[in-house]
Amino acid sequence: MKGALTTVPIYKEWDIVGARQSGRNMAKDLGFSTVDQARIATAISELARNIYLYAGQGEVSFEEVQGDTPVGLKIIAKDNGPGIDQISKVLEDGYSTSGGLGAGLPGVKRLMDDFDIVSNENGTTVTVVMWLR
Amino acid sequence: MSSTRQNINNYKELLEQYINTMDEASLYQAEQYSKASIQHNVSPDKIIEEHYKALVELFPNLDERVKASFQFLIQTMISYSVNYQQTEELREKQLELKTEIDVAANMQNTLLSTDVPKVENIDIGAKSVPAKLMNGDYYHFVQDDEGNIGTAIADVIGKGIPAAFFMSMIKYAMESFPEDRMYPKIILELLNRVVERNVESGMFVTMFYGLYDINKHEFYYATAGHEPGFIYRSQIQAFEEIDAKGLLLGVKKDTKYNQYVTHIQQGDMIVLLTDGVTECRSGDRFIEREEVLEVIDQYKEQSAQNIVDNVYKYLERLQDFKLRDDFTLLILKRNS
Repeated sequence: MKGALTTVPIYKEWDIVGARQSGRNMAKDLGFSTVDQARIATAISELARNIYLYAGQGEVSFEEVQGDTPVGLKIIAKDNGPGIDQISKVLEDGYSTSGGLGAGLPGVKRLMDDFDIVSNENGTTVTVVMWLR
Repeated sequence: MSSTRQNINNYKELLEQYINTMDEASLYQAEQYSKASIQHNVSPDKIIEEHYKALVELFPNLDERVKASFQFLIQTMISYSVNYQQTEELREKQLELKTEIDVAANMQNTLLSTDVPKVENIDIGAKSVPAKLMNGDYYHFVQDDEGNIGTAIADVIGKGIPAAFFMSMIKYAMESFPEDRMYPKIILELLNRVVERNVESGMFVTMFYGLYDINKHEFYYATAGHEPGFIYRSQIQAFEEIDAKGLLLGVKKDTKYNQYVTHIQQGDMIVLLTDGVTECRSGDRFIEREEVLEVIDQYKEQSAQNIVDNVYKYLERLQDFKLRDDFTLLILKRNS
């Protein structure tokens, strides 16, 4: 199980549900409470929806990791879209409503323990982790 | 009640107490619990989670379907909290921005303030009120060494902050001009150059510039596409429109302006305004320019300042106390 990587491609809106399901299953297997599972699923929704709405296509991967606590769930959302010009802006609340790109990222940041984002003209990768307590 | 403080830390105990007693005291403690939760930034979904955990512990044989319904509620509330927080922060930011604009508006008032000259024989009134926080209208008075009065009234095409920035530029350009007798035509030509050079296309300003010779009572003027003003002629007891033509500032480099002159008799009154005065609407009806003149006529025996104040009050009321455009009205009255 450790190091196992599951990847869900995102092309259509329905794939968001698939990504949530895979993430929730993995969180459950790792021992996350049902509430944390629900948080993880919410974060996955936001990430996958960004891909679907603004990049058109991409993927969401799940990975078991070790670090701060014995185990955590890492979620990597990746797309080949146009990239985000000013990341600090999309991490501001409310930016999504005016600018489009990056809807829900501040929420994802709040839901998860670790948050990282890398973006350039070849696309955007958001990596988040929730640690099991 | 001494146990309130410790109890609020234990939702399960509180809940159990309530289920057993159904008393008001428990409900009061629930209120304390929710207050403490807000203080500690506990989101609504976390309270529901607490409730669910307590329920499962208190009733181990809870129907699976009820459990499932809680999962459903928790998921709904997590998503709700996330979005709610975002909206909340957006509201805070809006408030911050509004405060900043208030400061800018105050600063604008200071920057663009102009003193109304006190001159024997000539009574001057001025009123300028922005529709929003920042004013896109502007008026300015200046007196040369002989006491002649220069007056400018201007309106930026557009409203709000960009218009306000623009006006500051115009004001400082005008202040850099020499103070000796400056004719309207020259002023507009100089300003046109400043605007044309410094402003991206699509930003225009209309301006009327007048110079009142206080000894000969000649009024020299030129216009850059500005809303025509009026002169009340006491001899015929009627208003006549100030006839002048000229291109807006900033449209074309090296624009030349025509200069006109008219004699002001005792009892005459010069009325200068922006389109916020004449194009105001009452319901879906645009008021006629004549209606403004009627109001002025009604108060013409009063001081110039009283007249402009009264016209403003009249139009404000007509528009249900919500200005749709910046309002600026100047009146120069020759008394003797």
